[in-house]
Amino acid sequence: MDIKWDQILIIEEPIMFWTFIGLIVSTIGLVAGLTYFKKWGWLWNEWLTSTDAKKVGIMYITLGIVMLVRGGIDALMMKYQTSVPENTFLSAQHFNEVFSAHGTIMIFFMAMPVIFGIMNLIVPLQIGARDVAFPKLNLLGFWITASAAILYNIAFLVGGSPDAGWTSYFPLAGKEFTPGIGNNYYYIAIQISGFGSMIVAINFMVTILKMRAPGMGLFKMPMFTWTTLITCLIMIIAFPIFTIALLAGMLDRIFGAHFFTVADGGLDMMWANLFWLWAHPEVYIVILPAFGIISEVVATFSKKRLYGYHSMVWAVIVISVFSLLVWVHHFYTMGVGPTVNSIFSITTLAIAVPTGIKLFNWLFTMRKGRIVFEQPMLWALAFIPTFLVGGVTGVMLGMASADFQYHNTLFLVAHFHYTLVGGVVYAVFAAFYYWWPKFFGFKLNHKLGNWHFWLFNIGFNLTFLPMFFLGLDGAARRMYTYSAETGFAPLYMLSFIGTLIIAAGVTIFVINIVYSTLKEKRITERDVWGTGRTLEWMVPTPVPAYNFAVIPKVEAIDEFWHRKQTGKEFVNEKEIKDIHMPSHSWLPAYIGLAFFISGFLFVWEFQALAIASLALPFLGMAINSFQYDDGFYIPAKEVIETERKDRGEQQWKAK
Amino acid sequence: MESKITNYSVPTEYQSELGKMNILGFWIFIAAEIILFATLFALYGVYHNRTAEGPTGPEVFVIRDVMIQTILLLTSSFTCGYVITSLRKGNVKSANIWIGITLLFGLGFLVMEINEFIHYAHAGLTIQTSAFGSSLLTLLGTHGAHVTFGVVWAILLAIQLVQRGITPITASKVHIWSIYWHFLDVVWIFIFTFVYLGGLM
Amino acid sequence: MRKLKGLILSVSLLMALFVLSGCELIIFDSAGPQAQILTDLINWSLVWIGIIFVVVLALFITFVWKYRARPDNKDYMPPQEEGNKVIEIIWTLIPIIIVVILLVPTVKSLYALEEVPAEYADEEPLVIHVTSADWKWIFSYPEENIETINYVTIPTNRPVIFKLTSAGTMQSFWIPQLAGQKYTMANMETELPIVAEREGEFFGRNTSFNGEGYREMEFSVEAVSQEDFEKWVAEVHEYADELTEEEYYEKLQPSHLGRETYVGTHLQWINHADHGGNANEKILNPEAYRGHGYPGKIFHDPENAGQQHDGGDHSGH
Repeated sequence: MDIKWDQILIIEEPIMFWTFIGLIVSTIGLVAGLTYFKKWGWLWNEWLTSTDAKKVGIMYITLGIVMLVRGGIDALMMKYQTSVPENTFLSAQHFNEVFSAHGTIMIFFMAMPVIFGIMNLIVPLQIGARDVAFPKLNLLGFWITASAAILYNIAFLVGGSPDAGWTSYFPLAGKEFTPGIGNNYYYIAIQISGFGSMIVAINFMVTILKMRAPGMGLFKMPMFTWTTLITCLIMIIAFPIFTIALLAGMLDRIFGAHFFTVADGGLDMMWANLFWLWAHPEVYIVILPAFGIISEVVATFSKKRLYGYHSMVWAVIVISVFSLLVWVHHFYTMGVGPTVNSIFSITTLAIAVPTGIKLFNWLFTMRKGRIVFEQPMLWALAFIPTFLVGGVTGVMLGMASADFQYHNTLFLVAHFHYTLVGGVVYAVFAAFYYWWPKFFGFKLNHKLGNWHFWLFNIGFNLTFLPMFFLGLDGAARRMYTYSAETGFAPLYMLSFIGTLIIAAGVTIFVINIVYSTLKEKRITERDVWGTGRTLEWMVPTPVPAYNFAVIPKVEAIDEFWHRKQTGKEFVNEKEIKDIHMPSHSWLPAYIGLAFFISGFLFVWEFQALAIASLALPFLGMAINSFQYDDGFYIPAKEVIETERKDRGEQQWKAK
Repeated sequence: MESKITNYSVPTEYQSELGKMNILGFWIFIAAEIILFATLFALYGVYHNRTAEGPTGPEVFVIRDVMIQTILLLTSSFTCGYVITSLRKGNVKSANIWIGITLLFGLGFLVMEINEFIHYAHAGLTIQTSAFGSSLLTLLGTHGAHVTFGVVWAILLAIQLVQRGITPITASKVHIWSIYWHFLDVVWIFIFTFVYLGGLM
Repeated sequence: MRKLKGLILSVSLLMALFVLSGCELIIFDSAGPQAQILTDLINWSLVWIGIIFVVVLALFITFVWKYRARPDNKDYMPPQEEGNKVIEIIWTLIPIIIVVILLVPTVKSLYALEEVPAEYADEEPLVIHVTSADWKWIFSYPEENIETINYVTIPTNRPVIFKLTSAGTMQSFWIPQLAGQKYTMANMETELPIVAEREGEFFGRNTSFNGEGYREMEFSVEAVSQEDFEKWVAEVHEYADELTEEEYYEKLQPSHLGRETYVGTHLQWINHADHGGNANEKILNPEAYRGHGYPGKIFHDPENAGQQHDGGDHSGH
């Protein structure tokens, strides 16, 4: 036996070593804590095996926040490294691993899980349903995503981290140029997380198509539900392409195939084509639900109906169609010729039109409204100018020939952070403050929220605004350092300071969650903000496991608002019957673990063993096929008690 | 969603809400599968002439064997139709017999396919030979893996039919499997046309 | 609210400051007609982008300010308006018009950039083959029979056609003051025509990430007069060493090199751009890229190819 630990565990650098020690210590601490407080049973029964969409949603979001911290630390390290010229904090190789991890984690394990989590929490409530279509499958989706996230995250300590960027372009990512196992993690972990995304897409598509409350036609659905539906549609179209791309990449790396290799007929740009055929729609997969969130928040806090609802829906549909037709704009510089570049410039710029429509609709929703500056609205307001900057720079990048000058520079990096942070992250924060009280029964602290908001906004603009100018001055992305003669230093420094301020903002956000959990006043009114419009505000606060005691009959867009205006009651106690609920299941956790084991074997190139280990997840599916568990019922009496508890009779009816 | 019967006027597999939703969910899954195979076809389309120093398609294809494979799979799709007919008649035994026959054809197809792969390896064409070899074998292999999955799945369903008889849930499960099986047949027709016939033209 | 306004004001001031100093930014400092086309296009787009930005921001600030909640409008019930067809059509049409205004010059410039500028069309272009390798730029002058590394000397006011290819990973060839980027890819050839109208040294680099030495992948363009160029060619032939095949393959290995000059070109030995062929197979050397971490298996090494089904031998037991 001579196991080469020095090649298996990557702890030669002090940062790695201390991270390793830190991880071990915190894991021991976590395990010890759970054991000491006898919380294992609670964790397993109440959360890890729960098929309640709300709990699955919260687990998704928790995963997303943990990954936000991980990706954020990566960002801090990169920014510190580039804050002064010729810095030696990180080596070139380490820097490459860090920026690859930052991009991959933020997209796949931060943005997507958080968006999926919000869908899980909100969509059933908005359509007046008690659950999603496939609760067990839903939990499986979470477990698969989580096991993929863990698999990707152990890479930097065990065997080597992927180092070819989040786009993982061939031939660089091929065995010829990155022979270590590091990049295997990318192809395997992302593949696994893709299965999770497919599950979410199918589940929510069926949920929205089949489980809407009676009377809720498609054009009476709330905007967030609409964007979720379209997002699911794009996922179903785009993800299989990526599945094949990742499969081909994995076959190249682990089984010696020649899809994207330099030799024996492979075409490296084929990867770029397949990747962006998925990855451009992917941008919309995360941004469309964000648009939905902003639409909900702006309407609620302007005390107005969403302006131009129909054109909003059509704008989303048009965006989704165009999102599939613009992938070439990511490599205009490939030299495909002016005709192809012209066509893709046209499709790219065409997206600006429906996006503009959405922006104007939000502005006109606020017009003549009564705008209340609660935390969610602050984020939604900040979203508008920030996303506008992202949008207009996107138009600049979309002009193919001009892109020859911006491509792969920090200008591009600044642009997509303005859209992804200014778009998705801002909307997610808005969603957080907006829906938090509905599920937990207390608001997040206002003062800390303000600090979070201002620090994050100032920090964000300070970080990314200078990067536009660095890009225009010739600073390429992904450079681990630069010479003093370039003159980039002051702006890079500014950008680093901005990152520190963002970090302070996020820290305050985390503190706010802890502080509010301990100190904030408990609330039980259904309409938390007083101006709620959609069905989620009609159920008790915090939301009971069964969501709706009685499935509502929908008559109007913004049904809850409609009922408040017409004085119609929210719940008729006489209609309450026993409520069917899905059972808990351990199978999703098992299948997640099985995927992790199988994935790990693939990463380490035990080909035969790895293929054989694929039987593990299928075994879980086979067991599932034989389980005829039909769930359980919550008795009507218990439901009535829950509905009455602490709420007083007067709150049953609209004031 | 509950598995209790909500509507007696439709075929068994559509009688419960759960069954109906499962079937819709599966159709959406099939849509994703279509895109998955379309991508594989696109890759093959790009790579089919990029044979590097390895053999080309017409040099290794054995059209007689492929014809037999096609006949086996087409027949299995036909017998799969009888599974559903038996289901509608409420006859578990006949349903299981037809499942058995379908699987025999399916297994015959798989044996032929493995044989085909061995033949290619002897002729010097593996996944490592060239981009052509990679794309061809990945396309065929993905389809073959789907057929294998379908075979195992059907066996599990046959056991459940014996255990529980024909209920809205077992009926919807078998129905879903039959959608899958027919889909694989359709994919094969495309493979036969574009890969083999197209290769020989 | 006041804070929000203050923030927006300071941000826009900051931006204005940067834009005013924008003439110093490298992509606005063009030294040839190709880059000038891009600079003009970017300026044109900035005008329209600026208009959109200002209009939307003005609407935003006005609405937020005017319709903010105040204690005195506590009981105000906003109209629940559904929308307005006319207004919605207007804000669909205006973006379409702006998009067309931006697209027309874009498409025109795309075609223009593929050609030698019309005013130089009669002159005989200088052809230079560019080969990117990890992590250096190799320039071959087939006519002059010269090969340089990490710098390229070109005559001013004469069209130069770069023929780009790669000996391995993909790179993006960029001389911001002379032309926009174009990829260099193995088994492919792309073309980039340029003209330098000003003498001087211009900065060039790779912008497409290609591994550990990516940051150092810079080169410089020495634009000199036609006479100086001829003098340079003569000097090279007088003083520089002859490039040998062995030496050339040695240089393709992953490494950083300084500026080097040779007589002779590698084009006689290998065509990296051969589209259907397999020329680049023999120069691949995965061993040279082994970094830290677990090495994994490599299939291009014939010795490893036999081990493909033997999954167990890895951690060395």
